[in-house]
Amino acid sequence: MKLLYFAWVRTNIGKAEEEVAAPDHVQTVEDLLDWLATLGPQYAAALDRRNVVKVAVNHEYVEHDHPVRPDDEVALFPPVTGG
Amino acid sequence: MIRIQREDFDIGAELASLTDGNARIGGLAMFVGLVRDRASQGQISAMTLEHYPGMTERRLGEIEAEARRRWPLEGVTIIHRYGRLEPGERIVLVATTSSHRQAALDSCAFLIDWLKTKAPFWKLEEGAAGVQWVEARESDDQAAERWKK
Repeated sequence: MKLLYFAWVRTNIGKAEEEVAAPDHVQTVEDLLDWLATLGPQYAAALDRRNVVKVAVNHEYVEHDHPVRPDDEVALFPPVTGG
Repeated sequence: MIRIQREDFDIGAELASLTDGNARIGGLAMFVGLVRDRASQGQISAMTLEHYPGMTERRLGEIEAEARRRWPLEGVTIIHRYGRLEPGERIVLVATTSSHRQAALDSCAFLIDWLKTKAPFWKLEEGAAGVQWVEARESDDQAAERWKK
C-alpha cells in the first residue's frame, strides 16, 4: 500500500510517502490509522487528532469506514486550505 | 483550462486567451486571490503552498464540470500556484465567461468557494513566531455550503 502524507501530517511523521505492508486485519481506513499510530511516537502525534485527519483513497475523498486494499494509494492530510 | 504551477500568471494574457475569437461571450467574471501580510497570529512574511499532484487536477476538473452543469458557460480558467509566495503575490485565478453576466458572476463565486474546501492545497505561514499550518475556516465551509443543491 502506498501512503502519502501532506501538511502537518507529513511534518509530524517526518516523511512525505512510504510503501507499507499492512497486516491482514487492516481492512478499513480506521484500521489503517489504528495500526499506523502504533508505529512510533511521530505517527501517534500525527494521528492524535484522528477525527480531523482527512483521507483520500486513489484520489477520492473517503470516510474512515472506507475499505483499503494492498494496491491502494492512501493519502492522509488535514482539512484543505487553498485558494 | 486548469493549471497548477509554481510560476506567476499574467492576468491580461489569461483573460485574452479565454475570450479571443468567441463573440458569444457577453460577460467575463474573475477572482484573483493574493497573499495577505496578516493572518490570525499576526504579521506574516511568506507562505508556502503544498498540494497533492494528481488529485488536485482531478478535483479541480470535477469542480469545473459541476460549474458547467449548473451554468451555460463559454469558458473556464483556473490557475493555482504552489511553492513559496510573499505578501502581494497572486495565488489563484478563477475566470468564467458566458453570454450573460449572472452566469459568469455566480459560477466564478461557486468555483472559488468549492475550490477552497475541496481542492487538496495546504498553506504554511511564516511569521515572526516561526511557521504555522493554516487551519481550515468554518466560514469557508459555510461559503461552500450555500451552493449545495
